[in-house]
Order: sequence, then C-alpha cells, then structure tokens
Amino acid sequence: MAWETVIGIETHAQLSTVSKIFSGAATQFGAPPNVQACAVDIALPGVLPVLNRGAVERAIRFGLAVGSNINRRSVFARKNYFYPDLPKGYQISQYELPVVLGGSLSMPVGDGEKTVRLTRAHLEEDAGKSLHEDFHGMSGIDLNRAGTPLLEIVTEPDMGSAEEAVAYAKALHALVRWIGICDGNMQEGSFRCDANVSVRRPGAPLGTRCEIKNLNSFRFLEEAINYEVRRQIELLEDGGTVVQETRLYDPDRKQTRSMRSKEDAHDYRYFPDPDLLPLVISAETIEQIRSELPELPQAKRARYMREFELSAYDAGVLTSAREVADFYEDLIAALGGGYKLAASWITGELFGALKRAGLEISQSPVGSRQLAGLLQQIQKQVISGKTAKDVFDAMWNGEGEAAAIIAAKGLTQISDAGALEQIIDGVLAANPKSVEEYRAGKEKAFNALVGQAMKATRGKGNPAQINEILKKKLAG
Amino acid sequence: MLNSTLKQLSVLLAQKKLSSVELTQSCLDRVARLDPGLNAFVTIDAERSLAQARAADASIASGKAQPLTGIPLAHKDIFCAAGWRTTCGSKMLANFVSPYDAHVVEQLNAAGAVILGKTNMDEFAMGSSSETCFWGPVKNPWDRGRVPGGSSGGSAVAVAARMAPAAIGTDTGGSIRQPAAFSGICGLKPTYGVVSRYGMIAFASSLDQGGPMAKSAEDLALMLNVMAGFDARDSTSLARPTEDYTRMLDAPTEADRAKPLAGLRIGVPKEYFGDGLGSDVAAAVEAALVQFEKLGAKRVAVNLPNSGLSVPAYYVIAPAEASSNLSRFDGVRYGYRAAEYSDLADMYAKSRAQGFGAEVKRRILIGTYVLSHGYYDAYYLKAQKIRRLIAQDFVEAFKRCDLIMGPTAPSVAFGLGSMSADPVQMYLNDIYTTAANLAGLPAMSIPCGFGEGSMPVGLHLAGNYFAEARMLQVAHQYQLATDWHLRQPAGVA
Repeated sequence: MAWETVIGIETHAQLSTVSKIFSGAATQFGAPPNVQACAVDIALPGVLPVLNRGAVERAIRFGLAVGSNINRRSVFARKNYFYPDLPKGYQISQYELPVVLGGSLSMPVGDGEKTVRLTRAHLEEDAGKSLHEDFHGMSGIDLNRAGTPLLEIVTEPDMGSAEEAVAYAKALHALVRWIGICDGNMQEGSFRCDANVSVRRPGAPLGTRCEIKNLNSFRFLEEAINYEVRRQIELLEDGGTVVQETRLYDPDRKQTRSMRSKEDAHDYRYFPDPDLLPLVISAETIEQIRSELPELPQAKRARYMREFELSAYDAGVLTSAREVADFYEDLIAALGGGYKLAASWITGELFGALKRAGLEISQSPVGSRQLAGLLQQIQKQVISGKTAKDVFDAMWNGEGEAAAIIAAKGLTQISDAGALEQIIDGVLAANPKSVEEYRAGKEKAFNALVGQAMKATRGKGNPAQINEILKKKLAG
Repeated sequence: MLNSTLKQLSVLLAQKKLSSVELTQSCLDRVARLDPGLNAFVTIDAERSLAQARAADASIASGKAQPLTGIPLAHKDIFCAAGWRTTCGSKMLANFVSPYDAHVVEQLNAAGAVILGKTNMDEFAMGSSSETCFWGPVKNPWDRGRVPGGSSGGSAVAVAARMAPAAIGTDTGGSIRQPAAFSGICGLKPTYGVVSRYGMIAFASSLDQGGPMAKSAEDLALMLNVMAGFDARDSTSLARPTEDYTRMLDAPTEADRAKPLAGLRIGVPKEYFGDGLGSDVAAAVEAALVQFEKLGAKRVAVNLPNSGLSVPAYYVIAPAEASSNLSRFDGVRYGYRAAEYSDLADMYAKSRAQGFGAEVKRRILIGTYVLSHGYYDAYYLKAQKIRRLIAQDFVEAFKRCDLIMGPTAPSVAFGLGSMSADPVQMYLNDIYTTAANLAGLPAMSIPCGFGEGSMPVGLHLAGNYFAEARMLQVAHQYQLATDWHLRQPAGVA
C-alpha cells in the first residue's frame, strides 16, 4: 500500500529594516564581529527594548499580500532559555497573539496550481552567532545578528511532496522579495526554512512528525525532505515507530540526523514581555499599507496572460521576481507595445546571456531602454531578428546603442523590393536544381533557396519579403 | 546645614554663601565618619563627585543654576551611572562599571546635581530589610541593632543620618516607602510610567518605578520635577505634558488658612487596620488622621476587599518577571563568572550559584516554577487576574475619596536577623505597599510619629493615577503643621 507524505513549513524571513527590531543598531550583513551590537543587543543591565515600527509595517505588508487577518492587537512574549548567543537569556517573540493570522499562497506546481494555507506569521528577534572554531577550544560570540528582525511564517501541513514544498518555498521567497520586506539572500541566512515531515497511509490520521531545521537552500530543502520521507517509510515498514524530534540536514552526507528529541524539549516559560506594551495596529495604518502594496505576482501573471496574451510560461517567468516584471514593463512602455516580442527577448536572449555571465537582471549591461532601442529596429524592419541577436551581443559587450551598432556595421536590412527581386533572380538562375526540386513538390528546396538569398544579401535581406518574392517567382 | 531642605540649600548655593564643593565635601566627610557603622554606601568616588561639584559651581557662577544644581544626592546602586561601579547589591555585578547613564541619572546630571555615591540595597532589590546585600547589611541609624527597611535601605539611611540631603531609590513592592518609614524619612513611588526605567536594573518590569527619598514632601516634589519625564527608550514611559510637582504645595484648597485641607476626603480602608498591625503603629497613624481632620480633611471609610491578596499576587508576578530579567546574568558577557567549570551548562550553573545570594535564588526558583508548563495558568495567570481585581478596588475606592491613608508597614523597624529565617513573615512586611505597585498607583510614606523602641512610624498615602502633585500638597500641609519629619536620630548628630 502506498504512503502519503505530509509537510508543513516554517520560514524565518529576515526583514529588511535598516536597524534592529528592538534597538537602533544596524542590521547590515558581514560587519566585523560585534561592531553592530549596542547596549540593548548585548543586554547590559538596565537596558530596554523599543519596537521598530518598520518591522511591524513589513509584517502587515506580508499579511495583506497573502490575504491574512492582521491582528489589531498582538503581544510580544519572552521565550526563556540559556544560550551564549542569546544575550538576555530570552528571545522576544510573539506566542499566543501573533500579528498575522491565516492567509494562503498559491503557486504553479507541474501543470496545476497548488494552494498552501498559512497558519500565522509572527515577529521575533534573531539570536547572535556562536563560532566554535579558531578560539583554541573556546567559543566566540558574535552578536551582530542578535536582535535582527524576523518574520516567522508558518503553514498548515498542506504539502504532499518535496516538489510542492520547494514550489511553496520558492513562491514565498519570490513574494517576500516582491513586496520588499526581505532581501531573500539565502547564503546570508535571510531566508531559512524548517520542514515538518510525516508520512501516513492514505486516509489515516497524521503520522508522528520530525522537524528538519535551518534549510537554507531550495536544493537542501528538497533533498532533506526526500531523505526524511524515505527514512520514515523504511522505519515504519520495518515495524518501527517514528520518534518526534528535531533533526538537522547534513548536505555532505545527504542525510538528516537527530538533534534533540521531544523529551529534551525546553520548557520555554513563555509569558508576555512586561517591557513592551501590546502591539496595537490601527485600521488606518492597515489601509495605508494596503494602498501602498504593489500589484502582486499572481495578479500580474494573470493580467499578462489576459492583456498581453502571453503564454502561462512566459507570464510566469516574467513575474518570478519584481525586478524582472519591472524590466518587462519598462521595456513595453518604451516600445509602446510589442508584448510578445519583449517577452520572448527577455526570456530568451537576455536570460541566456545573464545566466552565462552569472548576473542578476538588475546587473544586466543591457538595460530595458537599450533593449527597447534594439527591438524598435526589429519592429521597423531595419534589421531581422537574426541580425538583432548579433547586435545584442555587441550591445552586451558595451559597443553602444543598437542604432549606432547597426549603422557602424552596415547591418541595415534590405527591404527594397526591386533590389531583392534582382538578387533573387540571380539566386534562381544559379540554383536550377533546387528550383526543379521545389516545383516537383520538395518543400525543403524552398528553404535552401531562402538560405541562398539570405547569403547573397549577407544576412541583411528582409526574410519575410524574400519569402514572398520567392514564392511569387516560383509560382510564376 | 545638613538639616537644610533642598530649597534652603539651593538658596545658599545661589547666594554663594555655600559652594557645591563645600557642600559635597561636608557630605563626604560625614559619610567617612558615620558610614563605617551604618554601611549605607557601596561606592564612594570623592574625586568624581567633587569634579561634578566644581562643574556645578561653575554653572552657578555663570547664572545657569537650576533648583538641584550643586546638590549632592545618594544614588541607589540599581541606577546605571557612566563610569561608576553599579553592583545592584550583588556579587554578580561586584565589578561591573556601567558604560552608560540611566535616564534618571542623565536628568539629574543635566540638572547639575552631584552624585555623592552609590547606596547599598537588598541584592537586586529583593528584600524588605537591606540584609540580602552582598556588601553586608545596612544599619538603622535610630537603632543600629535594627534594619532600615529595604530594598532602598542605603538611600533611606543616607538621608536619615543626614549624609546626603536627598536620595533616589526604586520601588517594586514598597522598596522606597517601607525603608522611608523605618528610617523616619519621606519617599515617593510615582505612578507607573512617570519615571523612565531605562538604566534602572530591572527586578520586576511591570512593577518597578524609580522615585525620590528626602526629608520633606517639598523636597520630594523638587526631586520628582527632575526625575519624571517621557523617555522614548522605555516603551512603558508615559508621554505626558511636563508637570511642576511643586505647584500645589502652598495652595490650600480653600481660603481658610486654618483648614488648608478642607474638602479633602481621606479614604481609610478597614482592611488596613486588622490583625497583624502593631498597636504602636496603629496609634501613630490614628493620630496622624486626627491631625488631618484638624487641617480640614474628612475621613471616609472605604473597602479594598482584595487587599489581602496583594502579597500572594505580588510574590507570584514579581518573581516570575525577575526569573526572566535576571537570566542575562549568565557570566558570558560581563559580571561574575565561576573560576572553574567543566562545560557550558556547568559554567551557567556555577556562575549563577556563586554569583547570586540566597534570596535572589529563592525568587528565581519561585518565578521559574510559576511560569512553568502546567503551572502558568494556576499561578501566573491567576495572579494577573487578581492584579486587575486589586486595581479595580482602587478605582471604586477613589470614587469616594481623594487619597487613601494607612500604615506603611505593620510594625516599626525590626531587629537585624530577626526575620531572615522566615521569608513568608518577611514578605508580609509588604502587605500595605504592594497593592500600589500592582495597580500602578502613586504612593508615598511620610513620618508620623514613633512607636516601639522610639522607632519612627510611616504614614502611607496612596493616590489616584497622576495624583502626585495633590499627594505632595497634602503631605506638605501636614508637615507645615507637624515636625515628625524634622526629627533625626540622636546617635548620628
């Protein structure tokens, strides 16, 4: 009998505020240890937390983007435990009353669409980092990260495979970047996932789950879930039982291993933080943030398909990130149309070149306005699409704007019917065998003649016109 | 000079009949002479104090004096002061030198006041007798065999023995008012949120409030003018218009000067005069109430039906918050760390076992217990509900009266060591004071006579939210008519 996999995901998204959630220290990544830790972050005696409104606004923005209820009153609680990189001996988090409740996120999976329900999202502070190397058997503590604002986003157990889990994580990743609340940098730990995985027989109650912590790449998420599912199924099929526990994924060995069992779980002694008043959010604040929310990827994708008649695939790619959609919209604005041409150039030539160079779209040497200059030359039939690819390469290499490159290299397309007829007459005369084959019904011979004609124009002939003239002459 | 009020000293300084350096030096001399027998001060740094005094003299000379400019004040060792060792009465912080100023310290410094020194206190403000101090117990100047009350015992004794003209303290369950009562001085705990807690080492965040300790209500008002005020660094600090707490002192409610408190309704809760109250204290308080009637006030019987629950609720909530607040003292970044340990858990265990005293450990254990899974609802949550009921009692009572009066403590100061073996008996000392903290109300204690062993008795006044100015007026009018607050211990002349 088959097994069914059940997955829920908790994601820690680092909010993109300039300063920390309860202090004025900077949140920038990569500073020398402890230079971004102020008196509040190192928990000197007598210091107190003050909530960063920017973190709250970002949480609300997220809640509105996923259709959640924004709790008008939420409460910060203390989660008490001792660890050297937790300076106060407690983490300030939201427990019983989080700022965001409910909501959902939909994303394409395979040929269909998957909707994952969200349980909640709450604000909390990050801990510092313990460094166990280079200190001669002692540990170093870097508190730069302590107090960095996090939004913990928790799903219902709605995913049934690693594929769905990864699709959800990618969609969430795209969304938090899209609405500008998180930079999404997974190497730097700005976006980390914990996966709760269990298996069961179809129709049976939920199985015992294991939580795999701190997965900071989509590949690790996928590998860890697949390993864990196999492990649990093998265990159950051998007559064993799954023990509820927290596990870590070891990417080198491609295995999960136990970190701590439920029995070792801390009693965190949560209680409302008396240093912070309940977080009260006014209806006006919520409406203000709603009015500033950008068009969301799902809505944009549907609109691209509806208004611009793009394929689901192209619309999906163009709305995969805010920067891509912005590039596309700048491009079609400059072109005054050309929706499909613009889409195919971005998803084709531009993405190919970016991928080869290992660049993000924001780093592209060919900007949207320059690309518009090139595509205009195609629209005006100054050059063919094929020539345009050469011009694009020249632009990529910094040789200038499209028009200048075309002029300098003499790439202007020949669209003069008289000139083309003359050239084609020559081609027909020189290739009697192809002409004969075509007339005998060999369609392939036509393409050979087109090729010869293009060659005779040194690639500059207008392909549509050449086709037309050839057909006319061969028919005649 | 040492019996002078802040106002009198301020005039002497302004008229240049006295310099801040002279005043500070004479206080330092008195500390050097008397404190070895009283143990009120933990840290004296004469050079630092005199430097501040010289700066104060310079600002007086340039005509920039404010009411507290040049006046030396004793600071409870719970307030962080930049460059000063700030120990909170604990071995845990025995070598901690604060790199920053508490908001209150900033305000006092900006007003030109001088830090005379840091005063001894119950460890982390946990105690009612100033006996749990790592630096040894503080002695009561009225009788050195007795405690001065706590936790702000050092500050109370500094004022009572006239080593400092005034002092600052903190009050979580009575820690300003009870030592003020035991030491024969005045102390005020403001409405929660009036004085910023930033830089005040936290005991129980929802209850802690800093306040002044001085010889008279008028002096308290001058101090509170500087200590109060909004501070964005404390999320529980209240943004209110600046208030002059001296404004009502000399303004009788009615024109009749003989009856300056005419119209004042004094609520007297019967619950405060039941079992456990010493007859000597009851007699002194009754005499004070009679005096208030002479001044024109009326007595109104009020009920505070849940007042008996305030000590149990307090001793759940305060330790719960403390158990978490004191987690930062882990030996990792600053403070005491055990010399030898085998691993991380052992380092925590040994550092905290060796760095904290018995009473602090007792309260951390109580607090940890009441917040634990399975006990939270029965203890912490229930205590919070009782807290609301207690606050509601006061709302009802203040519909019928303007102030509530009663004893500050059930007895006069008790003997050193006499209660140490019985923590519950010790906790019952806070029976009249904790309710104001639980409800967030302003409350004060002023001397109102003497009881057993010729020890001072304190009268407790509790007001409605933000009634400080009115309370100070009432106390001031009482002090214009009586001289209990001017009495000083004989042994320290």
